[in-house]
This record gives sequence, structure tokens and C-alpha cells, in this order.
Amino acid sequence: MTDLRYSKDHEYVALHGDVATLGISDYAQSQLGDIVFIELPEVGKKVVKGKEIAVIESVKAASEVYSPLSGEVVEVNPELGETPALVNDDPLGRGWLVKLRVSDPGECASLMDDAAYSGFLKTL
Amino acid sequence: MTELDVATAAPPALTKLPLDALHRRLGARMAPFAGYDMPLQYEAGIVAETLHTRRRASLFDVSHMGQAILTGAGAARALESLAPADLVSLSPERTRYTQLLNENGGILDDLLVTGLPGVEERLLLVVNAARKQHDFALIAATLRQFDFNPLDRALLALQGPRAAAVLGALLPGAEDLAFMGWRAFDFGGAPLFVSRSGYTGEDGFELSLRAEHAEDLARLLLSHEDVAPAGLGARDALRLEAGLPLYGHDLDETTDPVEAGLGWSIGKRRRLEGGFPGFERIRRAFEQGPSRMRVGLLPQSKAPLREGAELYASDGETVGHVTSGGFSPTLQRPIAMGYVASNYANVDAPLSAPLRDKRVDVAVAALPFVAHRYFKSPVGKDAR
Repeated sequence: MTDLRYSKDHEYVALHGDVATLGISDYAQSQLGDIVFIELPEVGKKVVKGKEIAVIESVKAASEVYSPLSGEVVEVNPELGETPALVNDDPLGRGWLVKLRVSDPGECASLMDDAAYSGFLKTL
Repeated sequence: MTELDVATAAPPALTKLPLDALHRRLGARMAPFAGYDMPLQYEAGIVAETLHTRRRASLFDVSHMGQAILTGAGAARALESLAPADLVSLSPERTRYTQLLNENGGILDDLLVTGLPGVEERLLLVVNAARKQHDFALIAATLRQFDFNPLDRALLALQGPRAAAVLGALLPGAEDLAFMGWRAFDFGGAPLFVSRSGYTGEDGFELSLRAEHAEDLARLLLSHEDVAPAGLGARDALRLEAGLPLYGHDLDETTDPVEAGLGWSIGKRRRLEGGFPGFERIRRAFEQGPSRMRVGLLPQSKAPLREGAELYASDGETVGHVTSGGFSPTLQRPIAMGYVASNYANVDAPLSAPLRDKRVDVAVAALPFVAHRYFKSPVGKDAR
């Protein structure tokens, strides 16, 4: 698995060069329960760290996804329109949400690595 | 991420259900509801639990609901001063659905009333968890000449097409109860109240017994291969699919039973004689038709509409709002219910609703979304 970085809001990013793949953690998908719809941003949209980038609808509620990094949306997961439950089944793999061209890779420094995120989950 | 419309922080001093330990062993995710720490879902999840209920049978713990007995000669007639159902004609071992009303005919709560057998006149009431303190105080204060005793009993619901076979194997005769019929059975020496009713649209039973016997009953039922546990999330999805209103969402003090689509629960004698709070408004609603009506709503989108969304006519005017909305596991699409002005209450009326920064088309639809499959007794005389 590539190097994942997590936010305290349970999003993850995997940075390859200046493109980050963004999704939600396994903990987040398990907390949401059955996901039935995902509203993804348009390609080309500029996003700011900490601001809404997507909305995930589970059976019971709508939840906002905040972007852990700033940048521009270069791709959204085309499979989620038909199969939003991929985020439940494989959140770190086929259930990714968005690819971002990041404007400041340095923002990654404020995110948690696997060990730090695991430790953070134990505090919840 | 942040949940937009469900509180995640538990308020202090949640009451635990009698089966709390069992729920946790079964892997329940717990959530606060009406002051109780309730199983929201188990490991299977809301979608699987909903589908299992429609295909086989599910066990729900609804012990948070309020149970009480009103005792005394004339109790049924007295309760008619608060509720519009014909309770005087309610036979022993039969259950009727009704509402407590305020002076304007607004709904204070909805409840089930069962006539208990025996020499004394006794009514068993089951009310909503969030309203039980209110209801019990109202009844005790209004009907002072009667004995009114809240019951400390667990309440389980076994719901689904396999429920009758499963329960009948454990309690011979239970499978023959009519819809909205009631009987007291013996469960290992303890009285077990069995009512053929529920809140899912499926055939099923509600089972009331003292808390210390509830885990034995739950374990026996869950040991059957057709039975799985289901939580509050599935219960909400099932009742929405079945078009059943939920107090505090689809019903409140501003809604009257006629506009809520509950006019069927007001007997003919009561419509003529009145004698319940808000009779004038309700009589007018029956005569002239209500000004707004509770309807089913089908958003023409993949995203669910949620409670509180406004509904617009084609000219942009607000003509109603959504009171419950979610995703139907059975139909695999978003469904909702809400109130619309009566001239928009016809099926397929073209409405729209805001969804974040977009506008989605919404079609008015007949309720229920998923047909009821209540038990029809062979003689048919007990159909509601």
C-alpha cells in the first residue's frame, strides 16, 4: 500500500508526484453505514484545504467530506455513480473519491501517518 | 467528515435497554434516541436488515416505548375524551390505533390501545418513547378517577413473513391471532403479551414481558435460522417504505389526523358525535377536505431528500415540505413523505425540491411505497 496520510475528519490522501488520491478511511465508512449516493465535484474545481469537496449520503444521513489538501480536481471516481457501495467495500482502493493536483504538497505535513491515525482512532 | 443532520454527541444520562448487553454482544452500533441508548444497526447494516425483514423475520428491541394500563369502569369512554378512535366498541383482546389530540385537533402523540380481558375494564396503552412522560402525565391528570399504571416491561417486535411460523413454534396458537389481535401467553411461567401488529408493513408481533425474561425470549427467537436482529435504522427504513408516519417527524402538534391520512382511525360514531379535543377542526376537515395532505414523494434523483426540504410548485411557490426522507433498501431508490397543499396532493403532481445547490424534480406518489402484508385471518372479520 502506498503512503497514506489521514485527517482528523477521517479523509485520507495518497500522494503520487503532485496528484493526490483522496477518499475516506475504513473507520469513516464503517461509521456511515450503507452508502447510497455520493455527490462528487466537477473536474476542474478548485478546492481549499478543510473545505467541502464531496457529500456522502448513507441510508440515514448526509455527511460532508472535507478536502485535506488544496488543489484542483483532475478526476473523480467514475464507478461511484452506479456503485457507491464501493466506498463501504474497499474505501482505500476502488472506493477512492477524487484525484487532486495539489497546490502545496507541504500541506501533507499536517496530516497523520498510519500509526498516528491508528492512535488517534483509539482516542475516540 | 461531519454528519449534517444526525447528532453524534450522546446527551448525558442515556437510559440503557434491558437487553443492552445482548445488543453489544451482537455487535450493535448504539445511538441515542429519545433518551435511550438504542441499537441503530448490527453488523449486517441497515440495508441488509431491512431486506431480511421483508424476506424472513427480524427481531427489534423497542423497549423504549411507553406501556401503561388504565383501569376502571368507563375507562374506554373516558379515554375517548382525549383520543378520537371508537374505544367504547373495542373488544377485549383487540387493539386499535389512535392519537392523543390537543384543543386544536393537533396530534400530541399516536398510540395503540388494547382491550384487556377480565372482569375489570382495563386498557393497555403503548405510546412513543419521546412522548411517554408527557402522555402519562396528561392521562393521569385528566382521568383522575381511574387507576393509571405505567408498566416496566420490555417490548420486542418480531416482524416479517416468517414471524408467524417462528413464534407459533414457540407459542402454539400465536400464529392464529388476527391482525390487531392480542393474547396473553405463558412464557416459562411469566405472562407474555402478544399483539399481532408492528411498524414495518409486514406480518408480525409485538411481545411484551418483564425485563428479566426478555433476554431468554430474544435468545430463543434469534436462535431460529430465519431470525436476525435489526436496529432502529432498519425500523425507520421499513416504516417509511410502508408509508407509516413517525411522531415528531410526520406528525406533531400542528398536524391533525385527517390531513395526516389517519382519518380511517376515527370511527363513524366519533365523527358524528365528537367529544374529543379539536372536534371542530377535524369535522371541518372531513366535510371540506383538509387544506394539506400527507403524501408519498419520489425524488427524481439518486440522492435522498431529507426531512425539512421545501417543496415547490412549477411557479416556484412553496407548497409543502418533506417530513421524512431516506433511501429505500427494498426499492433501491430514494423515497420520502411530507405535506403538500391539497391541490398538489394528486399522484404525479410535478414538484421540485432544493438539494444542496441544485433543484430536483419530485413526484407525488401513493402510499405505501411497499405494499402492506398484514395477516388476513381466514374468516376476514378482523381486518382493519
